[in-house]
Amino acid sequence: MSTATARALPAGPQPANRNSLVMGTAAVCAAGTMLMFGMLAVWFKFRDASPLRTDEKGKLIHDWLPSEIKVPEVAANTLMITMVIACIMAQWGVYSARRNDSSHATLSTLITGFIGVAAINAQAAIYMQMDMGIRDGAYQTMFYAVTGTMLVLLASGVAFSLVAMFRATAGRLGDKQVMTAHAMYWYFLTVVFCALWFVVYVQK
Amino acid sequence: MSTVEVPSLTHSSRPPALGLAGEWLTTTDHRRIGRMFIGGAAVWLATMVVVSTILGAERIVSDSSLVPADSVLQLFSLVRTLASFGVMIPLFIGLAIVVVPMQVGARAISFARVASLGFYLWLIGSGLIVGAIAANGGPGGGNAQMVDLYLIGLALSILGALAASVSLFSTVLTARTAGMSLADAPMLAWSSLVGAAALLLTLPVMLGTIIFAAVDHHYERIAFGGNEGIMTWLGWAFTQPQTFIYVVVALGVLADMTPVMARAKQPLRGAVVIGLGLISTALVGTVSQTSHSLNWSGSLTDKAKSFIPYALYNLLPLLGLVIVLATALLAVVSGKPKIIAPFFPTALGVGMIMTAMLGNAVQRIDQAGLSGTVFDEAALIYLTYGSVLVAWGALAFWGPRIWGKMLPGAAVVGLGVLGFMATVLAALPYYIAGFANQPADVASDFDYSGPQALWNLLSTAGHALMALCVLAAVATVIRARMAGAKATEDPWDARTLEWSVDGGAR
Repeated sequence: MSTATARALPAGPQPANRNSLVMGTAAVCAAGTMLMFGMLAVWFKFRDASPLRTDEKGKLIHDWLPSEIKVPEVAANTLMITMVIACIMAQWGVYSARRNDSSHATLSTLITGFIGVAAINAQAAIYMQMDMGIRDGAYQTMFYAVTGTMLVLLASGVAFSLVAMFRATAGRLGDKQVMTAHAMYWYFLTVVFCALWFVVYVQK
Repeated sequence: MSTVEVPSLTHSSRPPALGLAGEWLTTTDHRRIGRMFIGGAAVWLATMVVVSTILGAERIVSDSSLVPADSVLQLFSLVRTLASFGVMIPLFIGLAIVVVPMQVGARAISFARVASLGFYLWLIGSGLIVGAIAANGGPGGGNAQMVDLYLIGLALSILGALAASVSLFSTVLTARTAGMSLADAPMLAWSSLVGAAALLLTLPVMLGTIIFAAVDHHYERIAFGGNEGIMTWLGWAFTQPQTFIYVVVALGVLADMTPVMARAKQPLRGAVVIGLGLISTALVGTVSQTSHSLNWSGSLTDKAKSFIPYALYNLLPLLGLVIVLATALLAVVSGKPKIIAPFFPTALGVGMIMTAMLGNAVQRIDQAGLSGTVFDEAALIYLTYGSVLVAWGALAFWGPRIWGKMLPGAAVVGLGVLGFMATVLAALPYYIAGFANQPADVASDFDYSGPQALWNLLSTAGHALMALCVLAAVATVIRARMAGAKATEDPWDARTLEWSVDGGAR
């Protein structure tokens, strides 16, 4: 690095660490929450605008979910539980980092990443079980759009887990921000998936 | 003040792989990233102004055929898209990226590579938008693949703006120098924080809708109305009051510049912050994607039900601006003002932004009958050109800190006044034509009682004048950069942090 002579104030004290990574991740999480909630709002709008019909129990419902489509609730619920477990693993990483326990921090982030891959796999299983074409209608198009976006967010969570794992493996645990930010991101993923699960898979 | 040896954060002793170009392309220096945003915005501003001039000329005679009839909607969409995502957002993001880290005493911007990525995403995205519309895409476009490309470009532009916003947001909150509390942060930094937070909360909603519209358009083309339906779903992001969020930083520029000019400490700093925050209330209305108009009919309860959301989403931003202006006036009154050249375009620009907000408040009254007329277009012109004037003032003010040279005061004031005239000429006739029911986004086959040709001729002249102003402003900056007077350390006697530390101006 070259030097330049300039009139300047004498160097001040080193600024306090103000968790820039945590704050940046919080901003990303806020944006991601608005993205998914915005999409779910549009979903509601379409669902609400769909005509009414009587179901097999004689109840008046919105004709939004085509009758030939069966939503695989078991797989969706499994996916939901998987997300909660991912949060617990990510929080384990924070706990380990606070104790400067590199091996457990590495293990927890590795498991979080694996759980993320499992969640992606569960989503793929849901696609296969539903076996519907994206061109088949408005419901199908929107279903793939909203769950596909969630899938991209999940993939980014897995990538974050890998980065956190490598940092933990390299022993860079003095900086706890990565683990905190990583856990925050998985909490965010779980919260938005909770909303998606309720709207798309439970309420349909 | 002592002279000390400081390490340069911007110059690397390692020769760049691709020379100066490589140094710029791979830069993590916030001043370069910011300037690249501003440069890109200047290019799209010139494009927007030229297209607006052509569309204005097309409207002078209602049976004109200057522009093919099936391209008119696309060109109007191009103007709206560029005004928001090509000019206002990148202009102020760029300005904030350049100035805010210096203001808060940060050594660098937080997540500099994210900010750099944001610039490239925005640049590629905005390029795709223009390219897609040029190749018969965009809203109402006939080429399905190019319509898809337009949506992808828009999504990339949003991702770029979001990435840069994350960087700015984190910088103001976490990179302030030791001893500077958030309450002590300069107003431009505050407004950047508010603006970045507002973008982070609103643009993802637009992105979600784009994902739906793009998937639908690519496959089914029923649910979201195909190419014709794009603006129905996304139009809220290109119009008022959402667009007010894009110019929050403009008020921070005024709030920072006025006490310097007035040689006084800003009185009621808290009120200025409240004013900046109030402008961002516009985001609440736009996220719900409705215009919240006022219907002054029916019972008192009906009127109240209509008035409350109307006031919350359309009048509160205006109140925020009035508070910022009032506190600026208070600073002028309490000090010994010595007018500086950058204040002219800044004050005139904020005046134009206020006119846009007033126009929006009038337009949202159902009984005024202005919905679907060119009135909305006029408000957007006031807002866009007003923000350009503020940016011009900001460049003249902080330019010495950025590149170490002064912009000539006469050129700053002259171009500011010319730009003000251009804005009024381009927009005011459409406010009047709006009352005469000239339809929006239509260039031919319309008729109304009144001097139709005169209003459209005046507006076209205004756009053409603005085109000249943009060219002259770019030439002025280049000339000043090459052969301008060297700036002193603190040319405005501002005595604030950005003028006190080594900025490494070049």
